[in-house]
Amino acid sequence: MSEPTHHEKSHGSQHIVPLKVYFAVFAALMVLTATTVCVAYVNLDWLNLPVALAIAITKATLVILFFMHVKYSGHMVKVYVVAGVLFLIIMIGITLSDYMTRGWISVPRGWQ
Amino acid sequence: MSTSNPSPNDRRQHYLNAAYGLRSWLLTVDHKRIALLYLGSITFFFFIGGSFAVMIRMNLLTPDGSFLQAETYNKFFTMHGLVMIFFFLIPSIPAVLGNFLIPMMVGAKDLAFPRLNLLSWYLYIIGGVMALSAAALGGVDTGWTFYTPYSSTYSNGNVVIMGVGAFVAGFSSILTGLNFIVTIHKMRCPGLTWFRLPLFVWAMYATSVIQILGTPVIAITLLLLAAERIFHVGIFDPRIGGDPVLFQHFFWFYSHPAVYIMILPAMGVISELVATFSRKRIFGYNLVAFSSVAIAMLSFLVWGHHLFVSGQSIYAGLVFSVLSFMVAIPSAIKVFNWTATFYRGSISYDTPMMYCFGFIGLFTMGGVTGLLLASLAVDVHLHDTYFVIAHFHYIMVGGAVMGYLGGMHFWWPKITGRMYPEIWARFAAVIIFVGFNLTFFPQFMLGYLGMPRRYHAYPAEFQVLNVMSTAGASILGLGYLIPMIYFIWSMRYGKPAPPNPWGATGLEWRTPSPPPTENFEEIPVVTEEAYDFEALARRDAAALRNEGELQNG
Repeated sequence: MSEPTHHEKSHGSQHIVPLKVYFAVFAALMVLTATTVCVAYVNLDWLNLPVALAIAITKATLVILFFMHVKYSGHMVKVYVVAGVLFLIIMIGITLSDYMTRGWISVPRGWQ
Repeated sequence: MSTSNPSPNDRRQHYLNAAYGLRSWLLTVDHKRIALLYLGSITFFFFIGGSFAVMIRMNLLTPDGSFLQAETYNKFFTMHGLVMIFFFLIPSIPAVLGNFLIPMMVGAKDLAFPRLNLLSWYLYIIGGVMALSAAALGGVDTGWTFYTPYSSTYSNGNVVIMGVGAFVAGFSSILTGLNFIVTIHKMRCPGLTWFRLPLFVWAMYATSVIQILGTPVIAITLLLLAAERIFHVGIFDPRIGGDPVLFQHFFWFYSHPAVYIMILPAMGVISELVATFSRKRIFGYNLVAFSSVAIAMLSFLVWGHHLFVSGQSIYAGLVFSVLSFMVAIPSAIKVFNWTATFYRGSISYDTPMMYCFGFIGLFTMGGVTGLLLASLAVDVHLHDTYFVIAHFHYIMVGGAVMGYLGGMHFWWPKITGRMYPEIWARFAAVIIFVGFNLTFFPQFMLGYLGMPRRYHAYPAEFQVLNVMSTAGASILGLGYLIPMIYFIWSMRYGKPAPPNPWGATGLEWRTPSPPPTENFEEIPVVTEEAYDFEALARRDAAALRNEGELQNG
């Protein structure tokens, strides 16, 4: 087959992904789900949350890249995906600026 | 007059006479017809929301608030806010004027996804029907903000119906935004580069970005609220480990940018009006275009100014206060550049321009009073008073509704192929301006004096200002009825409109009024900058010469 033209490249949704890629991603998602469940039975102390979040982010990334075809899409689609993630970070980040600093105000001794 | 004006438009095929019957409207995928479906439905909701406002103002005529019971009053102000925001203001300019104009302004036959466009109207209607059923079943009294615990611990079942209604209507908004973004990126006609686009298109692009990035957050927040109620997962309820302030964070992460979903499109309309009725290219086109994008971006960073007295950390408050002040910069760029465009312009005072002047003055007042509210210490005094009510009505009614009405008058000849009666229209514009100020200016004073919002009764010393406000609301209500009447009248009896009644630039004016179904007889090619009135004059002169040569044989 000849090289895809620019036109074909820009229409990512028409890209045909081999079935084995889908099955591989599905298997990876299942393994990661099992890992989440297993890890839940092990007490990692302060690492509990970071580990669970890392697994969840990996899974979401796999879904976005392969099942949602972002890996094969044009630049504009990628820009919008990154913008979505950026806005999620802004939302969580600035919300945390409230929660992380609530304890900073010293309460007068008599009030405690 | 007993008969309608004969119009050459009647003989020509256009989008209005391309098909007849209810089915042709309900299953249409023509963006212009969908715009008219939206126009009908948002006008209906505007008058529903307005009737709640009438009840509120009637009740506040006397200090004891004897017109409505306290609980009923709570439900009426909630319904007023919900209907006006989710079912009138948010869809107003984008769904009506945006739908109608964006494909024409970019020289395309339709939006990128016409069926998705029709789906978004149906979603809007489903959301609207749910909201009205929640009202009919007994109403909601949470305030339009659905704050917990009003909407969780202390709510009735109608909150769920209303929440789902807002959720569904939100998807309508997301799909419209998505459609606009793809259309603007992919369907511009030959020669139409980004910096040749009309500023209305830039404003609509910025609005669409907010719609698709912000609206999912309110949808998820409402789902979390439902999850808490149904599965008792602690998210917002402190008894099971949640935090009610978290709801306010999530709610305002969408709902503050939502204010810009309402005002940015109006700013886009104003840019078109300022250029057309000054017959000049907008001063600082690039800056005005980028300021729309800057407002869209900054709008996502300021939500915490709604939480200054909600128990939010003072340090977070400090950050939000500074960021809120920054929104004033791109907003001021717009106002100064519009004003600079007037300088040595050839200004005419047609009705759209009167709304435009109204917008600039009222938006400036609304914006500047916003700075008072963004100041941490001042907000402690003014928070939840009528000062806030006055501030956001200056933005949303004085800004967004003025822009919407200005735009409706400007593009009405294009939409219907008929002119409205100019004298009546100018009269209505003045009535609306006077009625608006009489309604809301006293509310600044009431708030400053300490009258809290959302109470059905008040101390007797506030009565004079409240009577003024109610009197103003009656004038304003009358002012809104007049355009409604003459617009309907003009559809049958108005003078036939030429393709370009205002001598405006822009591709939509190069096609007949009303436009054919496919918008243009041939795909337009753009060879000039936006608002190039000299090029327009050259084209008109050439057309006249051609006509003369044809007549002379």
